[in-house]
Amino acid sequence: MKYAYYPGCSQETTSEEYNQSALAVCQELGIELVELPDWSCCGASSGHATDYRLSHALAGRNLAIAEREGLDTAVVCPACFLRLRDTRHEVKNAASLRERLSELIGLPYEAKHDVRHLLDIIVNTVGIERVAEKVTRPLTGLRVVAYYGCYLVRPPELTGFDDPENPQTMDRLLKVLGADVVDWRGKVDCCGGGLSLTRRDMAQELVAGIRRAADEVGAEAIVTACGLCHANLESRQAREKLIPVFYFTELIGLAFGLDARPWLKKHLISPLTLLEKHGLLG
Amino acid sequence: MKCVSLPGSELEPAFAGQVTEQSGVDINRCYQCLTCTLSCPSVFAMDHYPHQLVRLLQLGAKKEVLQSATIWVCASCETCVTRCPNEIDIPRLMDTLRQMAIREGVSGKEKTAPVYHRVFLKSVRQRGKPYELGMLIELKLRTRDFFSDLSMGLKMLLKGKLSLLPGRIKGYREISNIFRRSVEGQD
Repeated sequence: MKYAYYPGCSQETTSEEYNQSALAVCQELGIELVELPDWSCCGASSGHATDYRLSHALAGRNLAIAEREGLDTAVVCPACFLRLRDTRHEVKNAASLRERLSELIGLPYEAKHDVRHLLDIIVNTVGIERVAEKVTRPLTGLRVVAYYGCYLVRPPELTGFDDPENPQTMDRLLKVLGADVVDWRGKVDCCGGGLSLTRRDMAQELVAGIRRAADEVGAEAIVTACGLCHANLESRQAREKLIPVFYFTELIGLAFGLDARPWLKKHLISPLTLLEKHGLLG
Repeated sequence: MKCVSLPGSELEPAFAGQVTEQSGVDINRCYQCLTCTLSCPSVFAMDHYPHQLVRLLQLGAKKEVLQSATIWVCASCETCVTRCPNEIDIPRLMDTLRQMAIREGVSGKEKTAPVYHRVFLKSVRQRGKPYELGMLIELKLRTRDFFSDLSMGLKMLLKGKLSLLPGRIKGYREISNIFRRSVEGQD
C-alpha cells in the first residue's frame, strides 16, 4: 500500500506532532508514504478568497507532481484535502479547466489519481480489524469525543467518505483503540480556526461552544484530524479548566505502544497528567 | 433582524448577473427558508445574515454587499451549502464577493482579513510555502495590532511550533510564475 504523501505546511511547524505521529503509525500499519517531491502550499484558504485560478493552480501543481509519480495522494490536513479534492473535481468535470490549468502550472494534469484523507485510508482501506490487531495498550477509561469539524465531511460532494451531519469514521477507530468514545452534539461544528488570526473574538466564541458541548457529555479530551482545529482548540480555550486535544494519529500510536511523549510534549495543553491518570504512559 | 433600507439609486441590477457568471451559482433558486442562517456559526458577527446577503445579491445591492462584514466573517465552514435545499453554494458566493472586493479595492467594515490574505499569499509567492513567523510579524505591523497573542506566539516558538528562519522550496520560481500567470494574467 503506497501513497504520495502531501504533509501540508502546518505539518512542518504548528502541527509537527501530527506529521510525526502520522508517519509512525503508517509505518506500523504497512502504509508506505512517499513524500511528494518539492511540494508547495495548496493555497488554503487565502487562495480561493483571492482568485480561483490561483487557488486551482497552487493545488494543481501538487496534484500534477503526484500524478507524475503515478500515485494516489494521502493528506492529513483537512483544508489541504478539500483544496486538492476541489481542484481535482473541477479538472475532472470541466475539460476547459484542464488545459488552462496545465498552462498555469507548466505541467500536465489529467486528474487520474485519487486524493484521500489518512483517516479514510486507515479506517476504510487498511481496515479497522487490522488496527485492532496492533493494539497493545488499549486506551481504557479515556473518555473522548471525536471532533470532525468542517472539511473532513463538508461539502459531502467533495469529501465523500462519511456522513456530513453524523460522521462515524473516527468514532469507530477510537473505539477499537479501547477509548471510551461518547456521542456529542459538537462533532461537525466549526471551531473558527480560519478566523483565529483575523477575528480572535469569534474563534474564542466558537471554541467555547465546542467546549460546552464536550463538557455536557463529560469528555476528558477532544480528538481531531486537523492541525488548524488543534491549534485553535488549544489556544482559544478559556483559561480555567483546559482539556487536552489529541490528533487521532497520536492516540493510535499510543494504543500501539509507541513512545508518544515526543509528540505530546509539543502540545500547548499538556495531556500527560490525564494519560498518567489512566495509566497510559507506562 | 436588521431592516435594510436601500434607495433605488444604489442598486445595480447587472451586479446579480456578474456574480452569477463569476461564481456559477444560481442565486434565483433561493426561497428564503433561512436554513443557511440557522446553520451558520458566524451569524453573531454578521451585519447581513446569509439569506439576507443572497436577497441583496438578487437586488443588485453591490456596495452594501461588497462592504459588508459578512463576506469576511464567514468561516467558510460549508455548513450552509451542505444543508441548503436548493444547493445554493453560499461559500462560493462569499469567495466570489471577496475576490471582487479585493480586485476593486473596496474598503469594507472588516479590515484585517483582506490584509491577512495579502500577507499570506505574498509569503507563498516568495517561497512556495508560508513563513509563518515573518507573516505574523508583518500582519501585526500592517494592522497596528502589536500586543495580542504575544504570549501564545512565544509559547509556540518555545515548543518549536514556529520556525525562526524562513524555508523555501526548490521550485520557488515555479510558484512566482504561477502567481504571475494566474493573478496578473501574464504569460
